[in-house]
Amino acid sequence: MSAVMITRKVRKWEKLPGKNTFCCDGRVMMARQKGVFYLTMFLIIGTCSLFFAFECPYLAVHLSPAIPVFAALLFLFVMAMLLRTSFSDPGVLPRALPEEASFIEMEIEAANVNVPAGQRPPPRIRNVQINNQIVKLKYCYTCKIFRPPRASHCSICDNCVDRFDHHCPWVGNCVGKRNYRYFYLFTMSLSLLTIYIFTFDIVHVLLVCFFTLWSVVGLTGFHTYLISLNQTTNEDIKGSWSGKNRVQNPYSHKNIIKNCCEVLCGPTYPSVLDRRGLMLEDISPSVTPAAPSSSNPTPQTTKTTAPLIPNEHTPDDTHKSIAASAEESPSPREERSPVSKVPPLASPETDAETSLAKDKAH
Amino acid sequence: MNMGNALYLPTCLCDPPQFHNLQELRHSASLANKVFIQRDYSEGTTCRFQTKFPSELESRIEKTLFEDTVKTLNNYYAEAEKIGGQSYLEGCLACTTAYLIFLCMETRYEKVLKKIAKYIQEQNEKIYAPRGLLITDPIERGMRVIEISIYEDRSSSGSSSGSSSVSSSTAR
Repeated sequence: MSAVMITRKVRKWEKLPGKNTFCCDGRVMMARQKGVFYLTMFLIIGTCSLFFAFECPYLAVHLSPAIPVFAALLFLFVMAMLLRTSFSDPGVLPRALPEEASFIEMEIEAANVNVPAGQRPPPRIRNVQINNQIVKLKYCYTCKIFRPPRASHCSICDNCVDRFDHHCPWVGNCVGKRNYRYFYLFTMSLSLLTIYIFTFDIVHVLLVCFFTLWSVVGLTGFHTYLISLNQTTNEDIKGSWSGKNRVQNPYSHKNIIKNCCEVLCGPTYPSVLDRRGLMLEDISPSVTPAAPSSSNPTPQTTKTTAPLIPNEHTPDDTHKSIAASAEESPSPREERSPVSKVPPLASPETDAETSLAKDKAH
Repeated sequence: MNMGNALYLPTCLCDPPQFHNLQELRHSASLANKVFIQRDYSEGTTCRFQTKFPSELESRIEKTLFEDTVKTLNNYYAEAEKIGGQSYLEGCLACTTAYLIFLCMETRYEKVLKKIAKYIQEQNEKIYAPRGLLITDPIERGMRVIEISIYEDRSSSGSSSGSSSVSSSTAR
């Protein structure tokens, strides 16, 4: 091995795989394409500015000054919810480190040992029982993990997201476990704001309000329905719990109030990414620079501009065989493991050091 | 059913290394193997880990100690994710302030995570490090697994492997 190891301290977000962009030194996390998000900001700020500039003086004088004040508060709430949805970590599941990935591979190979030679091994699926219902956990070839229930891989952001709802280009981010309630409050408060402006402003920005009103109100209604049943958009589109074959949603409490309370007032989940944590990066020239994250030839679906983008169909839907050429074969990974590129993350002693450094940095 | 494969290198069976504290573990031991305790989804998506005792740890630690650790961790996570009066209050209060209150206040989950980190540190110092094991906090692995690293005494590692590539006997 090389004699000299030069390392430098970097924030963990700089080394995260996936296609997110980060701002403010890791405090902000968004998808790569932000054009539609800027359009959303422009539409909301533009419409509200017109309202405040042209209507509010009249309303304040002739009706009540409380009207523009309430509109301003509502507008600030809408912006706060939009920014929270767009800038926060949706619940990204970090990829498995090499040791964990090979541990899982060994378990899969052991489970497949009974397949006679020449036959295709079965797809990588684990069955778990949740509330008397069998749920299949799929293996993610990109992240090298068995996805937890309700998680899904977003092809646009190239991450597995927990309780994946959908990727929303309007907010420029995925909607998942950690930011679903902000997304819902954003659509609901935007509906209220649009109705409010529409009520007081029939003549001026009629056209813009009318279409926005119905699409945003419709979206709020749809998500209210989903929340009352504790379902995600993804599950609704795929018809996971549609009721045929007596398949029922095991996550629903069978009570609308309980479902709403869980989704909207449940515990606030922390981010597991530790984006601003410090880590040591090996920049010594003699060590091969291949990082496990940078050589994933995962097939990418083309970007669409549809407002709702369901999760990608993972490679294991279309390629049953492990030896399919589209996925990475296990051999590059085995060649990489002796080099052991990621020891700073893997070894507990460095984790203790980075957590100490993180405590100091915060 | 124990199915050894070509890569399996036996750990020192007769005499497990004695480490007196974490420092000694770091300086005089080399990493031999890692075990990953998976999530238990039988009760839904709440955070819970399986209490099944892995075969790799059989020679290193008593089953009851291991199970106690995992059960206590499960209780901590259940406390953090409990949906009840306190979580509703926190949620509603935060909503009325447009969630700006989280800029200055710590959420209940974060408070429990700190308790968990302290508990794991304590367990490592008192129970696991003296037996040549080390638990990694699940939050560092995305709350997917509890990673337990198995260490070998460097001085006795001449006969067993010095390579850090993962090898494990498959589970029964």
